[in-house]
Amino acid sequence: MTTLNRRSLMKAVGAAATLSMVGTAARAEDKIKIGFIFLGPIGDYGWTWAHNKGREAIDAALGDKVETIYVENVAEDASAIPLIRDLANQGCKLIFTCSYGYMEQTLTVAAEFPDVKFEHCTGFKRADNVATYNSKFHEGRAVLGTIAGKMSKSGTLGYLGSYKVPEVVLGVNAFALAAQKQNPAATVKLVLIDSWFDPPKEAAATETLINLGCDIVTTHTDSPGPLQILEQKGLFGFGQGADMSAFAPTAHLTAIEDIWGPYYVQRAQALVDGTWTSTDTWDGMKEGTVVIAPYNAAVPADVVALADGVQAGYKDGSYDIFTGPIFDQDGVEKVKAGEVMTLEQLATIDWFVKGVESAS
Amino acid sequence: MSPEFIIAAIVTVVGLATPILLAGLGELITEKSGVLNLGVEGMMLMGAICGFAATAATFNPWLGILSAAAGGAIASMLFAVLVLQLNSNQVATGLALSIFGTGLSSLIGNAFTGRIVPQFGSIFPDALAKDPIWKLLFGYSPLVYFALAMVPLTAWFLKSTRAGLILRAVGENDHSAHSIGYSVTGVRYAAIAFGGAMAGIGGAYFSMVITPMWAEKMTAGRGWIAVALVVFAGWRTGRLLAGAYFFGFLMWLELFAKANGFGNSLPFLQDIPSQVWAAMPYVMTIAALTLISSRGNVGASAPACLGKPFLPST
Repeated sequence: MTTLNRRSLMKAVGAAATLSMVGTAARAEDKIKIGFIFLGPIGDYGWTWAHNKGREAIDAALGDKVETIYVENVAEDASAIPLIRDLANQGCKLIFTCSYGYMEQTLTVAAEFPDVKFEHCTGFKRADNVATYNSKFHEGRAVLGTIAGKMSKSGTLGYLGSYKVPEVVLGVNAFALAAQKQNPAATVKLVLIDSWFDPPKEAAATETLINLGCDIVTTHTDSPGPLQILEQKGLFGFGQGADMSAFAPTAHLTAIEDIWGPYYVQRAQALVDGTWTSTDTWDGMKEGTVVIAPYNAAVPADVVALADGVQAGYKDGSYDIFTGPIFDQDGVEKVKAGEVMTLEQLATIDWFVKGVESAS
Repeated sequence: MSPEFIIAAIVTVVGLATPILLAGLGELITEKSGVLNLGVEGMMLMGAICGFAATAATFNPWLGILSAAAGGAIASMLFAVLVLQLNSNQVATGLALSIFGTGLSSLIGNAFTGRIVPQFGSIFPDALAKDPIWKLLFGYSPLVYFALAMVPLTAWFLKSTRAGLILRAVGENDHSAHSIGYSVTGVRYAAIAFGGAMAGIGGAYFSMVITPMWAEKMTAGRGWIAVALVVFAGWRTGRLLAGAYFFGFLMWLELFAKANGFGNSLPFLQDIPSQVWAAMPYVMTIAALTLISSRGNVGASAPACLGKPFLPST
């Protein structure tokens, strides 16, 4: 706690927007160093918070062999390059860059340090010493859609998203398709606010979706703000990235939790064993990367059973929400009956399914 | 569109407009004294965390608001000492205050992340505050009425009081005001403190009213909009009020257009990329500024000493 405060204090008085401080978890010259580049503050209760939990899992599992260091609040621009390079110069043998926007920066530094291994989160460009990893967040969205489709009285659902990127498009589509399995007439009103984090705008967007008839709103932005609005109005929503029930004890039906620990430990172990290779990993519920938080008491038993069924289906491979027939917004058949979308198709998706209402 | 829909939309617009109106009124007074304080974003964040922290500690939102005003004012005093005592560059010092306030609020906020406080909502009975019709008048936080009351009060202060006249004199011609015996530095300290307090209250609107929680950088750039709003308003209180609600309306329009698609009635609007809607408030600011300045009003209404350090010839 002391180091945390001192670090934050230096950040405050340093008065430099891009200034980021390196936190050191443990010091021992003989341990292998592993570095992390984080997008937000580790206390954001969302994306970076979850990645930091993964880092702590390495410390817990392999603390006698490795030590971890991290840099937080790293912008997704050229300023990331010297910070990644700095971690390599400090002797890190494995560096995780934990956001999509570090793709080219990671490859640039990786070319300078062929002996250092890199892991880029949610990217698709690899090299001999650059692996990529991602999470099937959309599997969690299918569970949320199942609950929302069954519980919504109006049949009009709200979806508050950030940008039109494949991760969000997959989330919207999985949510809508799962809801329509419960209520074929269900529609999803979509608002993309062009930001991952803007609590007042997230709140206003949630109010607007409610005003347009949505009685359940799910969020694909990072703040708990929308849940607080839903709590005030007596409506329902879901947590994003972490269990946010503390912010909305009644409105929070459940949440998608990002669990990076098992993957991080596995990769750190591979580094220690000398078996690390450049891979492309896209794990989901089966591997425990996507976890559904405990259900709220407001979720009826039959809905819990349906949601658990989806989870079980993903774990044993018998369920995939992206199984045809799937139609796009204009009613064109994109996936034929019985076909399942490939990982390649999922990773590059840019169209919304039928029943999604959006301005663009 | 039912009356209930329109009323609910107005309530959302009021929520978007109120914090920038509060911060804008404070900045207007500061600028009227001849000081340009670009640190509004930092002062709002200081107000947001101080208001939240005091409310979390005492469960008294009124103490929270006082604490928010104090937090914003204290932050503004750092700026005041630098620009008034040491004559540092106002633009650079204001930017530094924004960055400093962001960092310091994050530091204080470390202990408050993940906590919630009761919302500082309407003080009227639920029968009025939650009624789909009556909430148009009674469904707001006391801060909304406070902001609206401050508009005529500020206008009256500037136009009809002796203190307001002195403040304007200091902003228009500091040397003349000094030569007839007024303390330019003293007046500017007071104006900067008022600006800081109002920005702090505006920030607290985010952490105590809209989303009663603390999150780093939760004002998400509204302080900059407040600074732009003062210019947009031509340093006039009435226009500031209209501008704040116009900005609020544009922000709401973006969200409404995206959620509703306009597709049913105006299909061609469906092809407009969402980024265009997001940029709309800023585009409208530029358009309004161009329009106003082309008519020569902006130059005439800006305080003549705005941004210039006061160096009395002794």
